[in-house]
Amino acid sequence: MTTPVLDVRSLNTAIHAPDGRRLHILHDVDLHIDAGECLGVVGESGSGKSVLARTVLGVHARTVRAESTGQVLLNGEDLLTAAPARRAELLGTGIAMVHQDPMTSLNPVVRIADQVTESLTNRRRMPRRERLRTAAALLAAVDVPDPARRARGYPHELSGGLRQRVGIAAALAGDPVLLLADEPTTALDVTVQRTVLDLLDRHRATRGLATLLITHDIGLLYGRARRIAVMYGGRVVETGPTEEVTERPAHPYTAALLRSVPRVTGPLRRELPAIPGSPPDLSRPVEGCPFAPRCDRAGSVCATVAPPVRAAGPAHTASCHFPLTAEAAPASPTSLERTP
Amino acid sequence: MSATPVETAPSPAVLRATGLEVVHRTRSGPLHAVSGIDLVLHERRTLALVGESGSGKSSIAKALLRLPAPTAGAVTLDGTDLASLTNRQLRSLRPRLQMVPQDPMSSLNPRRTVRGLVAEPLDAHPGLLRGRDRRAVVDEQLTAVGLAPELFGDRRPDQLSGGQAQRVAVARALAAEPRVLIADEAVSALDVSAQATVLNLLRRLTEERGLASLFITHDLGVVRAVSDDIAVLQLGRLCERGPTEAVLAAPAHPYTAALLAAVPEPGRPLGDTGLLPADPPSPLDPPSGCRFRTRCPLADERCAAETPAARPVGPGHAVACHRPLLPVRPDAA
Repeated sequence: MTTPVLDVRSLNTAIHAPDGRRLHILHDVDLHIDAGECLGVVGESGSGKSVLARTVLGVHARTVRAESTGQVLLNGEDLLTAAPARRAELLGTGIAMVHQDPMTSLNPVVRIADQVTESLTNRRRMPRRERLRTAAALLAAVDVPDPARRARGYPHELSGGLRQRVGIAAALAGDPVLLLADEPTTALDVTVQRTVLDLLDRHRATRGLATLLITHDIGLLYGRARRIAVMYGGRVVETGPTEEVTERPAHPYTAALLRSVPRVTGPLRRELPAIPGSPPDLSRPVEGCPFAPRCDRAGSVCATVAPPVRAAGPAHTASCHFPLTAEAAPASPTSLERTP
Repeated sequence: MSATPVETAPSPAVLRATGLEVVHRTRSGPLHAVSGIDLVLHERRTLALVGESGSGKSSIAKALLRLPAPTAGAVTLDGTDLASLTNRQLRSLRPRLQMVPQDPMSSLNPRRTVRGLVAEPLDAHPGLLRGRDRRAVVDEQLTAVGLAPELFGDRRPDQLSGGQAQRVAVARALAAEPRVLIADEAVSALDVSAQATVLNLLRRLTEERGLASLFITHDLGVVRAVSDDIAVLQLGRLCERGPTEAVLAAPAHPYTAALLAAVPEPGRPLGDTGLLPADPPSPLDPPSGCRFRTRCPLADERCAAETPAARPVGPGHAVACHRPLLPVRPDAA
């Protein structure tokens, strides 16, 4: 078996909020991505999906202090325990990030050419003309029309879709092995969203780039991500091949989420099955299953005992006491006994 | 679309906009945000106005509410031309036109309680109470949006989730006893599970309270759940309109077809949008003729030369396109 590009093992992250509270956000998160593979992480607000991305990158908001246990392995090297210099090196050359709103990640007063080439290690020795030429080539690779002219311009001259392409060009410039895309198309129109996702797909395939695509929209992952991890209350509650998870969800939350998605092929003016209640308050510890208060299958055990990870099919698991798929059985015989 | 709107709805027309034009003055010259648009909102029905950014959909919402008044064109509410009213008359009519904005948090005063927020229209227009108890009226609206008054009434906006805040905004709109409800991207900032609750609510309230609703969105995925009719907006012009079911089953305009194909949906294979790889043009400098032609796979010389007029393709279904995807049926009008 080859080493995954990213291998997150039993990751627990707690955040010390500015008001002094300690919030345990991520609980025993396990996931991995192989080279050339796209893993989709889907979750609603408060599911912990963005904290996951920030923990992998080791960057949290300036006002919070985060502490993590577990492992975040990039090509086998643990980012959590690496010496600061080594960590910076691994992050700088290994991981690139595409943000939700390119307007906030691009500097408005710096020329596009300089931003796109920022992660190139030899850029300081590069003559201006060569730098413009390199930037134009990078912009051309992400389908920016008239790249030589754009390279000399500034972000505000571009439409949202073009700005996101510039953001992707800057992310790809350093030839990373892992691309983290956190809601990369949420701010874009649907037709533009489509072309930006196609672009990410193309570079993933041609460069063998491992891609972590984080979204609140499970529909967006269909036909794009090979596997899905569904997050709820800071936990990965279900994971498996995309078709398998969307067609035969094992976790009641995944099933409810899929039912509540409005569809162009859905029934006309009919009541959409909404999920009653609200996501868990992360400032309070959860006993048992975090979805239990909103779950129509919950039994008394769900409120007190954390659900075990159960196999729901090949490479398909769900953390639930009462999963929906018939073949569900404990993933490992010990997982049940381990819970108190 | 400049043709007379096709009337298939049996319920009475409440709000009617004719020849609506909105021109914004910008530093780069006049921006024609809305050009010659006709819309009719019917009682107990929802019209979904679909368009991408820069299509003019929010400009239309504001023009209907006269915030500010449109540059040209007429808006009538139950037959009364809003432009003919004095400021005082317009003010007394305002409660009848209510809006649910995109971001509930920014439209709710963070210092007021939920009850205080819902009572805002009652405080501004005390006549709405008609002798009833203020608190009872407020609690009734909160119950109608599924928020238990005893649980939520004394909370403040920061103690609400996004979906709950949006329901407070809906309850506040309802307290004004509106005829017309305009929801401008009212669910696009919400999580999927909260989105379903608010969509259900808007649809149910439109039917139960006899509202004439305009649901503005960029997402064709949500229109099927809420709307009876669709109008598709592209760079300030309507390119297609018709019954929701007919338009989604067989769109006549290549732009509608592309929007539909671009909607990501679980279990639905990715379709080809067929769009040319051009970014949407700027509303400041729209293409000549058909404004979609720079992205349209079917465009020819005629599309650059002539602005397409609306033509019928089915009952209540019209398209403004020189090369529509459905045959034109003059008899259907």
